[in-house]
Amino acid sequence: MISPLIFEPERPGSKDIAWCPGCGNFGIRNILRSAFAELNLRPQDVVIISGIGQAAKMPHYINVNGYHTLHGRSIPIATAVKAANPSLTVIAEGGDGDMYAEGGNHLLHAIRRNPDITVLVHDNQIYGLTKGQASPTTMLGMKTPTQPWGVFEEPFNPIALAIALDASFVARTFMGYFKESVEIIKKAIQHKGLAIVDIFHPCVSFNKVNTYEWYREHTYWMKDHNPYDREEAFKRAIESDPLPLGVFYIHEKPTFEELVPAYKRDKTPLWQRNPKLEEIGKILEAKRTF
Amino acid sequence: MVEFKEDVSIVLGGAAGQGIQTVEEILTRVLKLSGYNVYANKEYMSRVRGGINTTEIRVSSKKVRAFVRRIDILIPFKRGVLPWVEKRLTENTVVLGEKENVEEEYLSRVNFVEVPLNEMAKEVGSPLYLNTIAAGVVVGLFHGDFEVLEEYLRKRFGSKGEEVVLKNIEAARKGYELGVKLCEDGTIGIEVKRDENVKKEVLLSGTEAVALGAVAGGMNFLSFYPMSPSTGVAVFSAQHAEDFEIIVEQVEDEIAAINMALGAWFAGARGMVTTSGGGFALMSEALSLAGMAENPVVIHLAQRPGPATGLPTRTMQGDLNLVLYSGHGEFPRIVLAPGSIEEAFYLTAEAFNLADKYQVPVIILTDQYFVDTYYNLPELDLSKIKVEKYIVESDEDYKRYKLTEDGISPRSIPGYGKGVVVANGNEHDEWGDITEDEELSRLMQEKRAIKKLETIRKNAMMPELVGREDAKYVIVAWGSTYHVIREALEVLNREDIAFLHFKWVYPLPEKVKGLLEGKVIIDIEQNVTAQFAELLKKEFGVEVHHKILEYDGRPFSVEEILDALKEVLE
Ligand SMILES: Cc1ncc(C[n+]2csc(CCOP(=O)(O)OP(=O)(O)O)c2C)c(N)n1
Ligand code: SF4
Repeated sequence: MISPLIFEPERPGSKDIAWCPGCGNFGIRNILRSAFAELNLRPQDVVIISGIGQAAKMPHYINVNGYHTLHGRSIPIATAVKAANPSLTVIAEGGDGDMYAEGGNHLLHAIRRNPDITVLVHDNQIYGLTKGQASPTTMLGMKTPTQPWGVFEEPFNPIALAIALDASFVARTFMGYFKESVEIIKKAIQHKGLAIVDIFHPCVSFNKVNTYEWYREHTYWMKDHNPYDREEAFKRAIESDPLPLGVFYIHEKPTFEELVPAYKRDKTPLWQRNPKLEEIGKILEAKRTF
Repeated sequence: MVEFKEDVSIVLGGAAGQGIQTVEEILTRVLKLSGYNVYANKEYMSRVRGGINTTEIRVSSKKVRAFVRRIDILIPFKRGVLPWVEKRLTENTVVLGEKENVEEEYLSRVNFVEVPLNEMAKEVGSPLYLNTIAAGVVVGLFHGDFEVLEEYLRKRFGSKGEEVVLKNIEAARKGYELGVKLCEDGTIGIEVKRDENVKKEVLLSGTEAVALGAVAGGMNFLSFYPMSPSTGVAVFSAQHAEDFEIIVEQVEDEIAAINMALGAWFAGARGMVTTSGGGFALMSEALSLAGMAENPVVIHLAQRPGPATGLPTRTMQGDLNLVLYSGHGEFPRIVLAPGSIEEAFYLTAEAFNLADKYQVPVIILTDQYFVDTYYNLPELDLSKIKVEKYIVESDEDYKRYKLTEDGISPRSIPGYGKGVVVANGNEHDEWGDITEDEELSRLMQEKRAIKKLETIRKNAMMPELVGREDAKYVIVAWGSTYHVIREALEVLNREDIAFLHFKWVYPLPEKVKGLLEGKVIIDIEQNVTAQFAELLKKEFGVEVHHKILEYDGRPFSVEEILDALKEVLE
């Protein structure tokens, strides 16, 4: 195994980390580095496409290729990166607001499209960067500066949704469990097809309800769960207290890149290709007649 | 007897779903292969059945590439067509068809030639043969090659079995013979020269030229969400995706479409989106990301009238300001607007090199009129296409946003070289990491919005000058109005008026100013507020003297431009 340290960036701008001390994002970063190292990935071959939010700053604090994009837009970008060069390991990363609110539509359709990418959602059940507004996963009754009467919208259940849409790989973890989280992320990356991992992590600045202790007390690891059984997976997905952790559902199916005609005969990444001028010539030839 | 010489404008009119497209297709192909120059354009309503759609086909001794208002021969397939094209009828117009399709009041105004199309179709066996008969009549009027027509019908209906093929040929022959007879008995006289060279030429539409140009320029990733009139480019690309070995994906919305195209470029592919104004509006957020992250992207925007959903199937040049100013913050872009089908091919191909070289969004502006137009043209020269790639291999300390004199940082891609590539939509340092440093923020803004823009401007293409440099009057126009203006100028035939056609709309090279100084400038555009004139004023401080504008959703016709110019020149 290579050392996780090769994923420690040496760039000057990566030293000043913008996360609050004690934030769960640090733990996720360490989990990612270990997962990459255990999978023997090289920094050049990994790409993290992130959206906007505290979670989405990840590409700056880790030594792999990165693209810090727009709020909610990481998934379409990541989909195209993988399609353009299937030899890369592609991760789309962002917060629960990023992935489930602003980027909700893209998530739905990415599940249908099934590109071979890993979607990591840092689920702190709050908006961090914009200072504590409710997110789609904020619990009922929680009061925030913008929901002073307490949240009354039903929280979003990403796991149930993903299973309902027959996603390829669906898992949940809590970053407080380091070893287990590394294993889940490794499985997600290795999985062929779209893998969604909802990662609980406390926001120590704005979420006073879902703390480290809260997640420990209100979650449990699924034992003897068969992730190939969709009905069983769905039953687990709608359990609310305690919340199950682990791999809920796996459905192996062809990926977007496998199905597009571009790679049927030729596996060369798109960037190394040249236009098929002879095919254009043939079409022009046909345009002389009918 | 009504006679037409050199150039005949034939209009077919009927309801959506009545098969006018089929007649148009047969006529343009068969007449071209008979050695006639052809041009076709359609206008249609935003509905799938009913309404009135028309197609204009010009058949000519010389190359014709522009829309004319006048109708020489009109074939109405239903009632309502004549009132719909009322303004286009002249005293010479011949209406060919059934009495029941012509309103009473027009019978005295036009030269009506009754042709029992329906009855003839029934004789062949079914009203379904009406279209083939009508096509046969027109081919007959021109004494076109019947063997070509026969061969075409075999190809087109071959998959439906020999019976259908034979019936269609029979229908075509009935029509053809009638057409020939109309000429021989002196009802209609047509004199258009044939040219052997035309037979070998290609018949291409604006849509096909954009799509083929894109593929020639290396496009290997097309993401889109359907919107008229831009969808044709996606349809054509998808149908050939397997041969071209490219990815064509219909996505959930325009936001995903452009973000995917950005991702494709980030990973080294050449991505394009095809859209219309409404779709582009949704893309403005990602356009801004392209500006900040210096992510190349190519956008084909086929304009239609707005605001909002406007007139979905009609034409306008109303989105120039949208593409010039959309996106928040300040960053450069390149705006191209082809005037001819050849130009659409070469310019779209070049758009990919420009996006790659300058790492900016390149927008190709066409419009409904342009994408739906087609005509015959000589060979496209594929050897003129150069795919220039600017991707560099990264070293261990690779800086994606290295500060350089010309504002262009060498662009590497993930997986190519020893380094990692960090791109960023937030303000960043040279490595791509977030910064809020005063000095760096200033330098990065200047790099993108000033240095890079100036580098592009220095290399920008000059407008095409038609006519004499010392002419007193100069017309300025951009994009699809090119041929209409040229034809009007040919008819006008005056030495004192020249024409500057801008296919490269933004940024404009400094030298353009010199071409405008001391001239009487006539701006011709298809929008309400003369957006291009506004741009000239902003860039060079010049005011245009006359504006010829149209914004009814219909294309400019040669006659309209001619009338308007005469008024200005008096
Ligand atoms: C288009 C757009 N709308 C709003 C914002 C402001 N904004 C930045 S981050 C964010 C929410 C972040 O929450 P989450 O995705 O949960 O990430 P976290 O900061 O908690 O990691 C919002 C609304 C933005 N940057 N862009
Ligand atoms: S605001 Fe919350 S999520 Fe963001 S860094 Fe601080 S603690 Fe972490």
